[in-house]
Amino acid sequence: VTRRRWTRERVETAGLRVARVAGIVFFLGITVFPFYYMVLLSLRTTQDLLGHPGSIFVSLSHLDLDSYARVLKPTGEGGEGFLRFLLNSALVCTGTVALTIAIALPGAYAVSRLPFFGKRTVHFLFLAIYIFPTILLAIPLFVFFTRLGLRGSIAPLIIVYISQTLPVSIYMLRNYLDAVPRSIEEAALVDGCGRIGVILRISLPLVRPALIATALYVFMIAWNEYLFALLFLVEERSSWTVSLGVSQLSGIEVPTTALMAASVILTIPILVIFFFTERYLVAGLTAGGAKG
Amino acid sequence: MRVRRRARRRTLAQRDARVGLALVSPTFVIVVAMVVLPVLWTVVLAFKDLPLSGIRDVNLVAGPYTLDNFTHVLQSVELRRSILTTLEYSVFGTAASIGLGLAAALVVGRPFRGRGVVRAAMLIPYVAPVVGAALVWQVMLSPQFGIVNAAGKNVLGWDRPIPFLSQRTGDLHLLGVTLPVPTALVVVICFEAWRSFPFAFLFIVARMQALPAEYDEAARVDGATPLQRFRYIVLPQLAAVIALLAVLRFIWTFNRFEEVYLLTGGGGGTDVVSVQVYQFLTARNDVGGSAALTLVMAASLAIALGIYLLFTFSRERRTA
Repeated sequence: VTRRRWTRERVETAGLRVARVAGIVFFLGITVFPFYYMVLLSLRTTQDLLGHPGSIFVSLSHLDLDSYARVLKPTGEGGEGFLRFLLNSALVCTGTVALTIAIALPGAYAVSRLPFFGKRTVHFLFLAIYIFPTILLAIPLFVFFTRLGLRGSIAPLIIVYISQTLPVSIYMLRNYLDAVPRSIEEAALVDGCGRIGVILRISLPLVRPALIATALYVFMIAWNEYLFALLFLVEERSSWTVSLGVSQLSGIEVPTTALMAASVILTIPILVIFFFTERYLVAGLTAGGAKG
Repeated sequence: MRVRRRARRRTLAQRDARVGLALVSPTFVIVVAMVVLPVLWTVVLAFKDLPLSGIRDVNLVAGPYTLDNFTHVLQSVELRRSILTTLEYSVFGTAASIGLGLAAALVVGRPFRGRGVVRAAMLIPYVAPVVGAALVWQVMLSPQFGIVNAAGKNVLGWDRPIPFLSQRTGDLHLLGVTLPVPTALVVVICFEAWRSFPFAFLFIVARMQALPAEYDEAARVDGATPLQRFRYIVLPQLAAVIALLAVLRFIWTFNRFEEVYLLTGGGGGTDVVSVQVYQFLTARNDVGGSAALTLVMAASLAIALGIYLLFTFSRERRTA
């Protein structure tokens, strides 16, 4: 029989193995549980919740979808009108994504490939956007759009979102473009293709993965954004985005279960997109475009 | 005809420069119009006496200018307390998010079954909409039906629910000693750490994957234990990325608005400067005052960063 000696190495290895398992459980707990709890509460009735606040399961017979019905129905029918908010958010997000990509792609191409006057200024501008507090920017924009009488419509919101997501979009697309060999483009140039033709026929098809990643990322930022939506739209209920709708809901007398149903409607689309496109999205996350 | 021929003779580089400028100009126009000019304009607004109700008819650029906004903002007691709160929030929020991120990176550092799922799950708090996340925290921490207070009552035997989001100071009984704890502030710091640790996690994981294996192997051969290898081999190689994270996260946490506003509305001793700016703008209807306050906020951030950079540089020089 060999006696196992309690060396420091062995104790630490065993301890770390336990710590690793504990760590996995801990991190899964703190990341997944709140959202599980959100879904759980959205499916319970208010009486059930008040009766058993500590319970973290719901029996299938107690499942209750009334909260969702209440939240989604238009205000005229006693609901909270979230279908409308979903439509607004979809409009804001697709508008922001389409326009940001349309502006960022040529910009990224220029920054990656072409020498032009003021190229260095571009980097400086982007850095400025990273560092300035969003609230500092929010004040003049708020004043500006109030003065123009445009507050309450979603067009100004889209413009602001474009300006907020352009830097990170250009950064992501440029990184990708830098990795595409120039020789292919040069071959096309030699064969008589113009610069614009090169971009449309050669570069665009090659950067498709980066386009998808950037589009998803911009969509996520626009969907999640809150401060500008609050400042620009709060007085015009018919223009509310889902984020704004959920936050305004919590101020009035609405049952917690309905509140959680609204949060699920806000959160789940993003989490679903994220899980299907995680690989694409991580590139944007590390670029830090969401300002933290 | 002449003009056309001359255009043909332009070199490729010249044509590229023109195309480049044309391609980048939409970006340039939007960023200048929506970021650069507004920032400069904030400076002008800060020197004007401007109630929100008047912005439709007043000249928003020309004088008269006044220093009243600054004297008013700088003399208020709230501001000093608020800046202090913001600093506490930023320092502890930054430290906690980097600490959690490092721990998370170590946990998924070695392969195991289901690692992909765990790694993806780590990012959920970061990608989830802040409004939904804040709301579910509010519900979980609610004194009436929140799961935390329910668990505290049933498992830990609390005799009273804790109002986590409104309590300014609570007493923590630990080993017979009673410590005062700024409850709401601790909660918003935890929320910040929870929301942003995935960012630190991504950075640290990327760096750890790029570490050369030789040092670790050499240390192993020399008989270094796992903890020693972490302390003396891995950690020093992560120092640079952690320092970068500290700067980035500090800036962003300092500027945070949504997280605190949604969770506590700035109550219970969590009145960070950005929330105060918002109150100035919307509740007090004071555009000039809010602009002055953001400038003070930006200046304090610059000072804090300057001190940090000075501190790290002088330390680097000493160790070098």
